[in-house]
Amino acid sequence: MSFKPFKTVGIGVTFSPNLKANVYEASRLSLMFNSKLILIHVGEETQEKKDTFTTILSPFLNQNLSVEIIFKVGNPVDVILTVSQNKNVDLLILGALKKEKIVNYYLGSIARKITRQSTCSVLLLINPSVERIPCQHIVVNGLKDPKTEQTIESAFYISHCLGSKLITIVEEIKQDEVAVKVEDDKSLRKVTILKERIKLRETSRIKSIIEHIPKKHTNAITIKSQPIFGKQGYSIGHYAQISRADLLVMNAPSKMTLWDRIFPHDIEHILAELPTDVLIIQ
Amino acid sequence: MSPKKPTIVDFLKTLPKNIFSGFVVSLIALPLGLGLAMASDAPPIAGIIAAVVGGLMVSVLGGSHVTITGPGNGLVGVLLVAITTLGLESAYAAIIFSGVLMAILGFLRLGKLSDFFPSSAIQGMLAAIGLIILGKQFHIMLAHRIERADTIDYLLEIPFTINDALHYEKEGLILAALAGLISFIIMVFYPKIRNKYLQLIPAPMWIVILSIAFSYYFELFAHEANPIAKNYMISGIPEFKEIIAQLPTVNFGKIGQFSFWSSVLALTLIASIESLLSIKAVDKLDPEKRRSNVNRDLKALGLATIGSGFLGGLNVVTVIARSSVNVNNNGSNRSANFFHAIFLIIFIVLFSSQLTRIPLPALMAILVFTGYKLASPESIKKIFSIGKEQVIIFLVTLFVTLKVGLISGILSGVLITIIIHIIINKSLGLFARNILKPNVLMYQETDADGNYYISVKHFCSFLNYYKLKNKLDAVQENQDVIVDFSLCEFVDHTVMENLNSYRDLFLKRGGHLEVIGLDMHDTDSKHPFALRRLLPVPNIIKNNLTRRQTSIEELAENYNLKYLHKKQKETLFLNDFIFFRTKNINHINNQLFTKNDVINIFDIEFSEGEFIAKEVVRTTMLHISLNKTIPEFTLDREGFLEKIYAFAGFKDVPIQNQVDFSNRFYLLGEDEEAITRFFNEDLVHFFESNPYYHVESNGNGILVFGKERLASIKEIKVLFDFGKRLKQVVTS
Repeated sequence: MSFKPFKTVGIGVTFSPNLKANVYEASRLSLMFNSKLILIHVGEETQEKKDTFTTILSPFLNQNLSVEIIFKVGNPVDVILTVSQNKNVDLLILGALKKEKIVNYYLGSIARKITRQSTCSVLLLINPSVERIPCQHIVVNGLKDPKTEQTIESAFYISHCLGSKLITIVEEIKQDEVAVKVEDDKSLRKVTILKERIKLRETSRIKSIIEHIPKKHTNAITIKSQPIFGKQGYSIGHYAQISRADLLVMNAPSKMTLWDRIFPHDIEHILAELPTDVLIIQ
Repeated sequence: MSPKKPTIVDFLKTLPKNIFSGFVVSLIALPLGLGLAMASDAPPIAGIIAAVVGGLMVSVLGGSHVTITGPGNGLVGVLLVAITTLGLESAYAAIIFSGVLMAILGFLRLGKLSDFFPSSAIQGMLAAIGLIILGKQFHIMLAHRIERADTIDYLLEIPFTINDALHYEKEGLILAALAGLISFIIMVFYPKIRNKYLQLIPAPMWIVILSIAFSYYFELFAHEANPIAKNYMISGIPEFKEIIAQLPTVNFGKIGQFSFWSSVLALTLIASIESLLSIKAVDKLDPEKRRSNVNRDLKALGLATIGSGFLGGLNVVTVIARSSVNVNNNGSNRSANFFHAIFLIIFIVLFSSQLTRIPLPALMAILVFTGYKLASPESIKKIFSIGKEQVIIFLVTLFVTLKVGLISGILSGVLITIIIHIIINKSLGLFARNILKPNVLMYQETDADGNYYISVKHFCSFLNYYKLKNKLDAVQENQDVIVDFSLCEFVDHTVMENLNSYRDLFLKRGGHLEVIGLDMHDTDSKHPFALRRLLPVPNIIKNNLTRRQTSIEELAENYNLKYLHKKQKETLFLNDFIFFRTKNINHINNQLFTKNDVINIFDIEFSEGEFIAKEVVRTTMLHISLNKTIPEFTLDREGFLEKIYAFAGFKDVPIQNQVDFSNRFYLLGEDEEAITRFFNEDLVHFFESNPYYHVESNGNGILVFGKERLASIKEIKVLFDFGKRLKQVVTS
């Protein structure tokens, strides 16, 4: 499955202190991706609101950004989801808080609810800014999963568009792949050799994925591969945090129930404490 | 790299050493076994049976290498309770069941059990056990047998017993008390006497030999009965034949009772904790640097305990004192444990009647000394120096253990620790929210060094220490490990202490473990193991130096450098560097200078972006000030910073005839001609053949740095060396 470029970018906007920054980020991205921007506002349509949006957008309108503003009343989650479906949005941008209160976490904030249900790719921004902060380092997951190939391809496409220089592909290796338990010197030696072998296997798998990506996307980029033995979903977030990545690109989750939130795994870990801006490729 | 497999030849070669070591250990094991059993109100031979069964079975089945097994002093308190409440025959049943539970723990791989208890609580529990032993046996040592309901009463009566002992009138009692006192003096002063021949026989054995000799003197030369009162002599050491012939009846009748199972649980818990702590401590002593398989040891100890229980013996645990004697006498594998058991059998076969000539007070003096060592003022003082909160944990555990029991004691210790941690952090959420999260990340850095980097998030205390331990255990001890706590808000004493023992272990085995990222954390004592909490606002006046800072201080001394740990806001010398154009320098600290101030290494904290986008970075850099002008340039490998430098009018400078260098490095600068001249062959070769750093010049200074995190001491040394040689190449 080949990935599709982002033709339409959607953003959910409310009148919060972050409004300007969010809109700026979305507009800049739309320009870089050469795509259309759709502003989705949950609420009544008034001239006043429209004017505010247009003022904020004006510097980008001058650069020929095509923008559509949609007003709709209703439940924020439903509105944003249906509008982005109707308008064929490829990438949905949402502002999010870095850490959530426990209550919010289990009930789900709007951004997280949308993320869980969305059928298009979602970008969660934790620190949008009016000034452009160049995106220098992208971390992408390299899980052994059918979706991974598409995700890595998207990451290269994005870093090509954004002009970032470094991509780290993190292969999270589940603990249970290492069948031997470390108990003494002998088992430790066994485990070390086993891990070495798994690392090699993973690295060559990633290599073959990269080889399939168009050269023009990979040429100017330094590619690092970092195998990590750890909890899937959590370690990559932790890694993105300590390696100070500007963007974390992840596979979309396969299924989501309340159970997954009580015993979080994969993407839920990342949603629980966003380490940086997160892009979930659908 | 893998060590060679032990062969039969090696085994035979080391056999004489191990037989000798087993012999020396058996000399201690004999009196200790008798004493521990009697202190638990069991027949004296029960201790020997435990040591023999333990030695024979664990040496065959166990997973550790130089440990010695037998009756443990930690169990005295629990066994005493079990025997007094259940009766001896049911107590044997409890011992058998605790053996079963221990083996199950082993099969479930619960060898990490002891990691779930805060170390101050364990200290408190051990001290309480020491006081239980000391309190009860002190009176017998002075030939003044009393029965009290409560352990604390025993302790409170010590002065009265001393007073009574000074006014004994019967010769038998006076001599018994004297035997106790002399034995105690031997125990205390033996380690201080450094005489090769005297030290051949361990102190407890001297006591045994001297008291038997005393008794023979009266029998053979004075032709009198032993003047020591009869009821203060060891009674009932059966002959070897009798032990085999008369197996004790084990009574499983009380299996339905609550008190039975609480005894079983207490026995299992204490036996496991004592064994696990001992194995951990002995592993550090092992000259061959082997790692013990604790789960296998637990299984073996469990099986041995079952066997010992059926034969009328006590619980089998791994014991620290006897194991250390084994190591000191060059015991090198499990056969030493086996031979210690064999020698014990020989002693019982040959000398069982002689053993009844030992006066009880003499034997109890050995136990009083062990009890004193467990609850020694030094160990209590150590806890005081770590911090007030540790003292509270320690004392609560100690008193609850004495007043109620061992299980309640250790549980209260855990509870009070959790409460104190919550109060110190003023947050329950920090723990509640993050306890289940896999907060430890470890990976091998992909650069040439291949260091293992471990980052810990949120909090790290005894509650989730096992996660960190699991990662550390997966690293071979000859590797380099860096543990970073900068994302961690709270680190407790248990973790600090355990990390310190890991540090020792790694050092001993040729590796290196270093803790970074604690400089911003606050603590209220000067002890290196004190718990540490991340401060919301970095404090201006540092309370004490972290381990890393003291190491830097040492490094400064060794390298003849000046060291300044104070934070410094004046960083004018860094301002011209383009790297800092988009960054705010908060401060630099931990500065190292060469004598002429030319080279300066420092930790720096700077931030990128503002307000919500603000990211704070701490890293270690090296600055060389030059007294000549060189072209401005930046040398980088990843091309990371290309963009920023483009603003400054920098462009890629190719160096002619050095294609390889140009391919590997991004050399950027404005004045292409000057740079090409400056990068002569020497300099190019220098960069090609040395570890990679980001190098930048502002015309009259050079800035060198590596990773975007603080450097470990080892990395500082490498950086310093790099800087020194770079300076030579540049100025030559």
